[in-house]
Amino acid sequence: MKLKDKLIQAYKDGATRGLSFEAEREKYIQQLEEMGFPTIKDEEWKYTNLLPILKNDYQLSESLSEVTAQSLEEYILTDTDTHLVVFVNGQYSEELSSVDDEHACICSLAEAEVKKPEILKKYWGSCLPENPDSLVALNSALSNNGTFIYVPKNKVIENPIQIVYITNDVSADLFLQTRNLIVVEENAQAQITERHQNFDGKEVFTNALTEINAAANSIVDFYKIQNDKRSCTLIDNTWVNQEKTSNCTVDTFSFGGKFIRNNLSFLLNGEYAESNMRGITLIGQNQLVDHHTLVDHAVPNCQSNELYKGIFDDNAKGVFNGKVMVRPDSQKTNAFQSNNNLLLTDSASIDTKPQLEIYADDVACSHGCTIGQLDDEALFYLRSRGIPFKEAQAMLMYAFANDVLSNVKIPELKEKLNRIIAEKLGVELNIEV
Amino acid sequence: MTEEDKILEEVTGAEYKYGFTTDVESDTIPKGLNEDVIRLISKKKEEPQWLLEHRLKAFESWKKMEEPDWANIKYKKPNYQDIIYYAAPKQKKELKSLDELDPEMKKTFDKLGISLDEQKKLAGVAVDFVMDSVSVATSFKDKLGELGIIFCSISEAVKEHPELVKKYLGTVVPTTDNFFSALNSAVFTDGSFCYIPKGVRCPMELSTYFRINQAGTGQFERTLVIADEGSYVSYLEGCTAPMRDENQLHAAVVELIAMNDAEIKYSTVQNWYPGDANGVGGVFNFVTKRGLCHKRSKISWTQVETGSAVTWKYPSCILKGDDSIGEFYSVAVTNNYQQADTGTKMIHLGKNSKSTIISKGICAGKSEGSYRGLVKIQKSAENARNFSQCDSLLMGDKCGSHTFPYIEVKNKSAKIEHEATTSKIGEDQIFYCNQRGIGTEEAIALIVNGYCKDVLNQLPMEFAVEAQKLLAISLEGSVG
Repeated sequence: MKLKDKLIQAYKDGATRGLSFEAEREKYIQQLEEMGFPTIKDEEWKYTNLLPILKNDYQLSESLSEVTAQSLEEYILTDTDTHLVVFVNGQYSEELSSVDDEHACICSLAEAEVKKPEILKKYWGSCLPENPDSLVALNSALSNNGTFIYVPKNKVIENPIQIVYITNDVSADLFLQTRNLIVVEENAQAQITERHQNFDGKEVFTNALTEINAAANSIVDFYKIQNDKRSCTLIDNTWVNQEKTSNCTVDTFSFGGKFIRNNLSFLLNGEYAESNMRGITLIGQNQLVDHHTLVDHAVPNCQSNELYKGIFDDNAKGVFNGKVMVRPDSQKTNAFQSNNNLLLTDSASIDTKPQLEIYADDVACSHGCTIGQLDDEALFYLRSRGIPFKEAQAMLMYAFANDVLSNVKIPELKEKLNRIIAEKLGVELNIEV
Repeated sequence: MTEEDKILEEVTGAEYKYGFTTDVESDTIPKGLNEDVIRLISKKKEEPQWLLEHRLKAFESWKKMEEPDWANIKYKKPNYQDIIYYAAPKQKKELKSLDELDPEMKKTFDKLGISLDEQKKLAGVAVDFVMDSVSVATSFKDKLGELGIIFCSISEAVKEHPELVKKYLGTVVPTTDNFFSALNSAVFTDGSFCYIPKGVRCPMELSTYFRINQAGTGQFERTLVIADEGSYVSYLEGCTAPMRDENQLHAAVVELIAMNDAEIKYSTVQNWYPGDANGVGGVFNFVTKRGLCHKRSKISWTQVETGSAVTWKYPSCILKGDDSIGEFYSVAVTNNYQQADTGTKMIHLGKNSKSTIISKGICAGKSEGSYRGLVKIQKSAENARNFSQCDSLLMGDKCGSHTFPYIEVKNKSAKIEHEATTSKIGEDQIFYCNQRGIGTEEAIALIVNGYCKDVLNQLPMEFAVEAQKLLAISLEGSVG
């Protein structure tokens, strides 16, 4: 059976029966049925072929499996006090999670139905467009659990919130729909990290969806660490709604996995809001990382900044598509976008398409995009001072990526990312953070 | 009087100043498109069998194609059965000299400011004049002939140099390339042909003037320029059409071939009728232009696009040879309800190939301008280099400006830079001019000219002056 039919069948068989939003799920499954999965004929998927991924015979759910806290340690921040939300094989793990919800409500979506039904009802699906693409529709129809974070007015969550989705001891290839709903109310603040991690080397395909609602004056930082096993596929849909004078940052660090597609959309819905999107992509072998970003300036006086850096080795393939939309009368908009790429081999490739659609006149919008390789003279300079070629190369690449890294606000995370980068570059970097 | 004053003076009076029809009796065939029409066109032009077959083959593939709709433009699709595919000014016999030319037509030339006689001889421009897609006169032919340069209408070339036409026609833009080029290949009636022999540097600018005159006709001209090894040519193209409230179709194909070490500079000033201030009428300009660069050769496209209701145009370079160079300089101005989706494609195949893209868009009124470009570096293109810059200037809050740059790189040694900006004319810039006694309208003309300087500098002298005036006329009334 084809994957699409299988998914629709699973829905009909009652995979989400008894969960809320029945009417909405019905609408979404119909949309999926009509649209099917995207192909390379769709402009948005021109450079990224999803077909080989869809061919596998996936199972759609898996039971909870035993994971020790020790084996988890490698993948999370341990020296910092954090709130930890852990899912194993798509199911909430009470045992591994540790949450202190004195000031906020941090729990699974299933729990939220009991704890905060009115908030859940108000915000679930509120960031999504009327006619979303088929992957968003699929997640909305079939996702059965995920993380719920609600920060009430005037509360500042000091400790970062870590969300970890683990897959372990899976009996066959697995296709998961994970979902996060984040609501940060007026004057509130939160820092969140998210990670998808497989333990057993099976092919796991995750279609994740995150909704972030940032109310007036709120500050939300969201860090995505994508360093999964080489057998894993991730499609990560993130939809952000920002109200006036809010500040929201989504940083994406892509190192692992076989196939990663990030769809990141910001809707700036209140004046003087600021959005930041940044990313480091450092991949090799046959990996593919595709970043699609959309910033919709619907009101005047907002600002968006975008900075994506990519380093591509071996047969890796990178795709970047950055769309900035300035609606009529969204005057005094500032939108900046920059995408820089390093190609290390002839078999690596990069397809990039920055895109500006502007319907207001009093704006300052720009985008820049470069593709190149390391400066020979800079390399020579370092080598003439006794630094071996490989280290010199790594130093320059590290410097190249550092613009993005330097913006990470959690010190331990920054250190961790540094270590991952050094490991990926195959050197020891002792650079003070 | 300074140049700026002249512009201003023209600005205050101008509507579309080239909007007159010439009352020349024209030889047209019935509306519609089918195989018989193509056979008829071919017969009227006394073409050889191979060309007819070429046309029919193109027609076959056209029938299977669909009109593209990916561009960021909205228009009512023309009814292709409602177009007259052949309209030639009626002329009984072949002309020996310009004196024999129809006096009405001669007046047209004068009105356009292209007198085929003394003036242009002094200017040193050889002109091929194509009216309703049939070439009517070519000047300076003999003088060019001495150098071995062939510059004539393409129908004449088919008769006199069939081997050249047969060898190169459709090699850069194949008949199956796209909807409009297939249509053009099936029904093209005339155009210019130019061949520069080995090692010859063409001593003067070659120029073609296109004009749609007859009501209800489409213009489908075909241009083929071949620069043989080590030669150089600079080619100019100008376009106008009279005012009509229907939409006329213009679907041209231009093919350039630069052999080893050759250089072709191709400049266009496009000023087809853009429609009136309410968006009624105007020309649909759907053009396919492409050049093929062999080793160490260079093709440079320069365009100033001020006219047409809808423009769909992507002059491209295929940088096949090692060390070849492609350049694209463009100014696209849209006002009122005009729409332009234009840009370029640079396909890098050869080692050390270089390309430069400078695109300047100016949008006013309720118009929409888009830059759509592709830079593609294939695996074989070692050390390829590209620099792209696309800037947009917005005048008024009802217009839209968009950029769609595609960059595809498959070679690590490539160096690609792309940057784009969108902004409006700064209030401080205008204030600075006002404060020094320069009126707002004049200040804007000044700033726009400065903004376009990079591109206008690439145009030959006489064209640059015309282009500057055109810019001012197109933007008239868009202030405030």
